[in-house]
Amino acid sequence: MIAFENVAYSYGGGELLSGISLRLAPGSFHFLTGPSGAGKSTFLKLCYAELRPTAGHITLFDRDVRSLSRDDVALNRRRIGVVHQDCQFLDHLPLAANVALPLTVAGRGSEASDLTDLLGWVGLGSLADALPPSLSGGERQRAALARAIIMGPDVILADEPTGNLDWEMSLRLLTLLVELNRMGKTVLVATHDLNLIRQAKAQIPARVLRIAKRRIQLAGADL
Amino acid sequence: MNLLSILAPDRQADRVVPPSGHTAWLTQFTAAAMAFLAVFALALSLAAGRLADRWSDALERTATVRLSAPEDQIDLQTAAVLEVLTTTPGITSARALSDDEQRALLEPWFGPDLPVDALPLPRLIELTEDGAGYDAEGLRQRLAAEAPGAVLDDHTRWRRPLAVAADRLRLLGLLSIGLIAAATAAMITLAANAALAANAQVIRVLRLVGARDAYIARAFVRRFTLRALSGAAIGTALGMIGVALLPSTEAAGSFLTGLGFTGAGWILPLTLPPLAALVAFLATRASAFRKLRELT
Ligand SMILES: Nc1ncnc2c1ncn2[C@@H]1O[C@H](COP(=O)(O)OP(=O)(O)OP(=O)(O)O)[C@@H](O)[C@H]1O
Ligand SMILES: [Mg+2]
Repeated sequence: MIAFENVAYSYGGGELLSGISLRLAPGSFHFLTGPSGAGKSTFLKLCYAELRPTAGHITLFDRDVRSLSRDDVALNRRRIGVVHQDCQFLDHLPLAANVALPLTVAGRGSEASDLTDLLGWVGLGSLADALPPSLSGGERQRAALARAIIMGPDVILADEPTGNLDWEMSLRLLTLLVELNRMGKTVLVATHDLNLIRQAKAQIPARVLRIAKRRIQLAGADL
Repeated sequence: MNLLSILAPDRQADRVVPPSGHTAWLTQFTAAAMAFLAVFALALSLAAGRLADRWSDALERTATVRLSAPEDQIDLQTAAVLEVLTTTPGITSARALSDDEQRALLEPWFGPDLPVDALPLPRLIELTEDGAGYDAEGLRQRLAAEAPGAVLDDHTRWRRPLAVAADRLRLLGLLSIGLIAAATAAMITLAANAALAANAQVIRVLRLVGARDAYIARAFVRRFTLRALSGAAIGTALGMIGVALLPSTEAAGSFLTGLGFTGAGWILPLTLPPLAALVAFLATRASAFRKLRELT
């Protein structure tokens, strides 16, 4: 689904990531950990073609990302749901319209009932008409998850999705991600939270990738 | 994305970009002011064109030589005048009017029974000049020498520089319209760039959720095109009312009172609003695609 082949990336200075080869198989669940500034967000951006590798090849749905036009990149975003670390919304539109935004820009209408169900599923049913600036950090992260999955993507990439959540809410969000994975979605979650990873491994066979010294390795079973 | 599809209502696309506030008003106002000016430039150009045509027509007409001489010398001097005229460069032909023709000319004033033979009327000699014209001062001097009773009446010649000036005025009017269109394009490009820059965050979010460039650009282009169209419509209407209200005292027949639209000429200013919309469409589309590539 997403394959890295000897990929390197640098923002212009030294190489941030190098020699990365890995595959995210369909239906797999991965965590990505590493110190702050190690390049987790950068790795995710490479996965959804926001950034292009400075060396090596990334294959996305069987196509080299270098061969993608701007429109292809836009169309790919409809197949990959992304929860960004800094959840950005259109501040002038109510939450429900923001969650439905991927459908709107794709020229597809949304069933009002589906949207209500989805908002209820992430616990935001009562906030459908609220404007994003009035939401708490946790509410924004759940809204971002809802927006990421509304198109029914094959892949879900989440960057620190529990960064602003208390433990109870984190577990709830993890449950949502596990549910999505059980429905067959490929999931990749970047997180610092080792407790969350332990909790997940108790439920599903999640694998843990660790960024260290510019490389990404499969972490040991001790986590 | 074409001009007509952009004018169709599209609430969804309108909503994803927040109202752009003053840039939109600025665009509408600019389009209105420019259209207002363009109406007057157009009126000026058309009026100058009419004037140039009328005066050039007059120039094509013939000039006349009036010859007054004692009865016994008239035929001699007529022959002398014709000789001078036919040998003057720039004059293609010359002929003396017959008595019948002279009577026909005078009839409206004196009635049909005028005894032309018995009256000491001056003889009229008509001449036709070629495009380049002739040297009037030289001709006068030669006529004075050969036929003292001959007077060259070239009342239309003084209009030649005026006809040229009117022609230039028409060109200046058209040039003004071109400049107004260019200035409008520049203003709208600036306003569109400002709106795109102010909405960089919105554009980033739209790209992240899978919006294509054409979709995002459309929201902006549509807004500016509609503003330019409505602004130009208002400006054109005001300008046309202004032109229609100009006092039309035909008596003076001067240039200013001729400043207006006549007949089908009233249709021309109606092309200004669509033209403004087209200018806005092209200008915003170009800057939107450029800016989008810059931003994401
Ligand atoms: N656009 C950019 N231009 C230049 N450098 C950047 C850019 N974005 C990130 N970086 C740098 O790249 C490094 C990795 O950033 P990244 O956001 O991928 O880290 P991270 O692992 O996600 O960190 P965190 O856990 O704090 O979110 C950081 O040192 C950061 O300063
Ligand atoms: Mg990060």
